Amino acid sequence: MRDVAVVSFAQLPNVRSEDKRNEVEMLMPVISEAIEGSGIPRKEIGFTVSGSCDYLVGAPFSFVTGLDAVGAWPPIQESHVEMDGAWALYEAWVRLQHGDLDSALVYSFGKSSLGPLRDIMVLQLDPYCVAPLWPDSISVAALQARAWLESGHEESEMAEVAARSRRDAKANPMAQLSEERDPATLLEEPYLVSPLRRHDCPPLSDGAAAMILAAGDLAREVCERPAWISGLDHRIEAHGLGVRDLTTSPSTALAGRHAGGTDVEVAELHAPFTHQEPILREALELGPQVTVNPSGGALAANAMMVAGLTRIGEAARRIIDGSATRSLGHATSGPCLQQNLVCVMEAR
Amino acid sequence: MADTDVLVAPNILEYPYTRTVGPVLGRFMTGLRDGRIEGIRASDGRVLVPPAEYDPVTSESLDQFVEVGQAGVVTTWAWVTEPRPPHPLERPFAWALIRLDGADTALLHVVDAGDESKMATRMRVRVRWRDHRVGEIQDIACFVPEEGQ
Amino acid sequence: MSDTDTVEPVRSIRAPARLEYRFTAGAAQSRFLRHLVEGKILAQRCPQCGKVYVSPRGACAADGVATREEVEVADRGTVTTFCVVNVKFAQQVLTIPYVSATILLDGADIGLMHLIQEVEADQVHMGMRVEAVWSPPEERGPTLESIRYFRPTGEPDAAYESYREYV
Repeated sequence: MRDVAVVSFAQLPNVRSEDKRNEVEMLMPVISEAIEGSGIPRKEIGFTVSGSCDYLVGAPFSFVTGLDAVGAWPPIQESHVEMDGAWALYEAWVRLQHGDLDSALVYSFGKSSLGPLRDIMVLQLDPYCVAPLWPDSISVAALQARAWLESGHEESEMAEVAARSRRDAKANPMAQLSEERDPATLLEEPYLVSPLRRHDCPPLSDGAAAMILAAGDLAREVCERPAWISGLDHRIEAHGLGVRDLTTSPSTALAGRHAGGTDVEVAELHAPFTHQEPILREALELGPQVTVNPSGGALAANAMMVAGLTRIGEAARRIIDGSATRSLGHATSGPCLQQNLVCVMEAR
Repeated sequence: MADTDVLVAPNILEYPYTRTVGPVLGRFMTGLRDGRIEGIRASDGRVLVPPAEYDPVTSESLDQFVEVGQAGVVTTWAWVTEPRPPHPLERPFAWALIRLDGADTALLHVVDAGDESKMATRMRVRVRWRDHRVGEIQDIACFVPEEGQ
Repeated sequence: MSDTDTVEPVRSIRAPARLEYRFTAGAAQSRFLRHLVEGKILAQRCPQCGKVYVSPRGACAADGVATREEVEVADRGTVTTFCVVNVKFAQQVLTIPYVSATILLDGADIGLMHLIQEVEADQVHMGMRVEAVWSPPEERGPTLESIRYFRPTGEPDAAYESYREYV
């Protein structure tokens, strides 16, 4: 395997509604910041790959207009995944393994403010037997939450995750939702879709993020402390909710094992709903010594298609800035943690 | 006219999709139209409802259909107090995963229970058919708590 | 009771989806659209390559930098390429055949798509000089429909060399 590292990461502050900027206007500053942060000249970046979802915008091939922010002339080597940017990162990492290119730009963008997100997310479900009933994204997560609760957990555990995430987010200027709340008072709030309360759900966010990967000597040349990717894997489970055990995440466990996700100091877990964090912690066997989601995680900012890449960016940032020597970034996709990606990074 | 104001316009998208269901889901949908629920037997003997075209473990194609019961057990549920416009019911209801009698996997549908206090995991529910059925999942109007509970 | 007496198996399902979005034009396109109300066509110039984009999207697609300098371009230009529409489709408002063209407005470095009218479809050609026919001021809005269509100016054709880079 070729050594590849994250050398730069940038994100926009997450907001409820980016109503003054279109996607290109959002992407330009964040892509420029990531490129400038890497010190690699824009025209020398070998590969570009993005992650986004046309259904969020309601415009087919909207990712093509996003390319306006890149400077794609003369024609560049470029690709796109209709997924979270974390899977674009995976493609970039695989592409760099070919050995002929040394750097890659990964970016993603998503605006939840443009349409009815809870209904738009239905379009990722089985179109024959499930989607025609329009089970919205919060309802589907609530089915998992109850299954998890009844496997031997309490709602107070979920409220603790919510309170800790939003408290930690106060130190993250990119977070959208940060507040100091007592978990006990959170439990006095009414249910949104029982057993989920509003605090168990992520905010609706608009955002964008960009990352630069570099291989071998180039990474060492442009970055004092590259976040070397020591393991990267993703796994998927069946789409049918009724055929899965929703209380565990075997795909995360498998991806974590293959990525070598042990002995990390910091883990950024993409858990948009509170009950999903303990499911992921258990799957990854993260002990109490691991700091989980110091950024506040997806409960503090959840731009669709961006929040997963941001988890890896946040985990990488802690290697680059010297505050950690080994970290883990996780991203999820699909209903109820259907698909999971684990990226383990370390200082060398 | 505030020159700096950004323009916003409604953009309503309608996708009039028609989906070909194939022989396996086609048989399931035909069953629904005729008031019957059919699953398919996997290589390990489990009965999958709704049926899958392939074995989830061995990926072999499956063709052994099995009729299952029209009542079953709720394995998990979520209570909706404010139904959204596309939801199947306009009054508060439960989403539920329901393992029908004779099935080994659960089907996602709605339970018209009237009140959240009537819902419980492991409760029994029964199909309520739609009056005019055409061969689609909405032919099951909803599930209702089984009588005598 | 089945709705149909047929024994035919079900072969397909209807699975319609309807989603209501809010489209936001962004800063650059909003300013472009608002200027159309005044009968002006606003473009943006790239600070690096100097190219002038219309309609502007706030970025130079070649350089990936913000385009902040605004310039007005002419409401006349040259047909660089075109097609004759002979196919009927839903929501069609024009009678066929009609012409959709890419028009390089004077002062711009990228073509604008619009209709060519007041000329037989088979007379439209590359290099033809055309001008905008605006809606009356009171009917204009922040939409490209404020230009009803383009029509020939009667000027001599532009030389191929003058627009070959934009074809």
